[in-house]
Amino acid sequence: MSNAKLLRQALPFLSLAAVLVATFIVQPRTMSYFGLNLMLQYAVPIALATIAQMFVITCNDLDLSIGPFVGLVSCIGATLLLDSPVLGVLALLALIAVYAAVGGLIQVRNLPSIVVTLGLAFIWLGIAVLILPSPGGKAPDWLKALMALPTPFIPFPIIAAVVIGLLIQFALMKTSLGVIARGAGGNPVALTRAGWSMFRTKAILFGIAGFFGVLSGLSLLGLTTSGDAHIADRYTLYSIAGVILGGGEFIGGRVSPMGAVIGALTLALAGSFLIFLKISPDWQIGAQGAILIIVLALRALVTRAGQVAA
Amino acid sequence: MTRLHVLAREAWPWTFLAAIAVWLATIAYTGGQGSGAILTAALSFATFSVIVGLGQMLVVTSGPGNVDLSIPATITLAGVVAMKVMDTDNARLIAGIAAALGAAFAVGLFNYALIRVLRIPPIIATLSSSFLVLSTAISYGRGIRIKPPPLLADFATARVLGIPLLAIFTLLLSIVLAQILLRTVYGRSLLATGQNARAAWLSGLNPERTRLITYVASALLAGVAGLCLSGFSGGAALNMGEEFLLASIAVVVIGGTSVAGGKASVPGIWGAALFMYLLVSMLNTFGASAGIRLILTGAIIIAVIVMATRNTGR
Repeated sequence: MSNAKLLRQALPFLSLAAVLVATFIVQPRTMSYFGLNLMLQYAVPIALATIAQMFVITCNDLDLSIGPFVGLVSCIGATLLLDSPVLGVLALLALIAVYAAVGGLIQVRNLPSIVVTLGLAFIWLGIAVLILPSPGGKAPDWLKALMALPTPFIPFPIIAAVVIGLLIQFALMKTSLGVIARGAGGNPVALTRAGWSMFRTKAILFGIAGFFGVLSGLSLLGLTTSGDAHIADRYTLYSIAGVILGGGEFIGGRVSPMGAVIGALTLALAGSFLIFLKISPDWQIGAQGAILIIVLALRALVTRAGQVAA
Repeated sequence: MTRLHVLAREAWPWTFLAAIAVWLATIAYTGGQGSGAILTAALSFATFSVIVGLGQMLVVTSGPGNVDLSIPATITLAGVVAMKVMDTDNARLIAGIAAALGAAFAVGLFNYALIRVLRIPPIIATLSSSFLVLSTAISYGRGIRIKPPPLLADFATARVLGIPLLAIFTLLLSIVLAQILLRTVYGRSLLATGQNARAAWLSGLNPERTRLITYVASALLAGVAGLCLSGFSGGAALNMGEEFLLASIAVVVIGGTSVAGGKASVPGIWGAALFMYLLVSMLNTFGASAGIRLILTGAIIIAVIVMATRNTGR
């Protein structure tokens, strides 16, 4: 593998390492089990939402509804799942089925996913607001316990993120199903000619995205302990940024699950880092934009260096 | 008869029909009361969506999947800059407008630079720049409770025969933009670049310059919207642009502009904006809760795109 390609693939890890080291320098107390746990807590739901977005981007689409969907799941978890678990599970499964149906619809009618998921976002938000007009409900105890798992030596969020990333990386890169998924984005025509159904592939990919969206919402509920329709509105943009930061591209089925998880972790860390730098809260959101730009600029530089050398 | 057939195949007449249908449903429910007031209110609010919708339309037309996500941030920045520079003084009105539009111009340039120089896809580029622009607006506008100068406020809220002055202004703006699309080199280049950038380049057009103008124009239009919005709402607020992200995309798509690029519809933006605001006021009149309103908005967006895609045979 050429140096440029290696560098390009290592970029997400390097960014994360850079932010981690910078954080430790500025605030040495974070270099502890408790510190890391606190900073990376919310990384798990964000990472799961990023994985969900990654599955949609794998087939050349974009999901603008993942944020409100995560909020909806947190509302269902705090109400239905708590009061009548069976109904709650059925509701969540139904949501995943709807996600899959939307994927199929997009394929069958050749619809622009940006617009369809935009409408879907309104629908998710509306249902969530119907269930919980204002934040409330209560998280089921087992969820809270799971998210507060006291794992030895390494904080739970890190373990969870790494396990998720590695699992998906294996599934997408080493299994035949993963190849089909990436082929759906890379060369749909070839895939169809080889006999695979694009309709089924897209429906399955969207369904998997819905599944990870459910996981994200439940994990978020376990952390915040109450449901809120608007709690994850930012997740849509974070998940897209996370996938891109992690080396994924919008077209061509070129995604990296491990990179996506790393990207999500980097963004989550950057938020804490900025707080430690005592940067005015006004600039925190801007700094995240700056980080995104810097990483993408570096990637463009590395890519061009690789092209020139080749 | 063929004229009617051509009209029926376009998307935008349907949006106006839908808007009228919703308005009729509303006044049927109220027994005819307040029908004029509903229209005036819809015109007032729809105007802002139309202004940003025009900018978004230009960006969407420039190529498949191009979206400008920095519009809300630019609206906020322009509003904040205008209010601070004007400082409630009529004499500083021009200075404030120049500053606000200058800021918007800079945002447009920045967006294009990210896309062109750093090879960042437009969605991510405008997303990242929106973070930066919003932070700039927040830090510059910290603690600001400045009211707009009386001239600006009057312009934004005045009515002529029941029709908001702002609506007439926006209508003129739309007509100018439609003519630019149809008759100028830029307009034709935009449509050509959106349909096939390589073919456009091979036939002697300049897609990069077209894109530069497009992103700057979108930012400028967002700046205009920010100015008008501050005048209308009595000042700039740090969340004033929030609702316009989804609104700008929705009115563009529902109005018949193709997301694949290369096909724009200016009247559709008006029809879609009016339709959406009349729909909201209809649902409010019916007493529907916020949740129902959101679900219906989403369902309509999906229904429209399903029907529109079949119509154009994409």
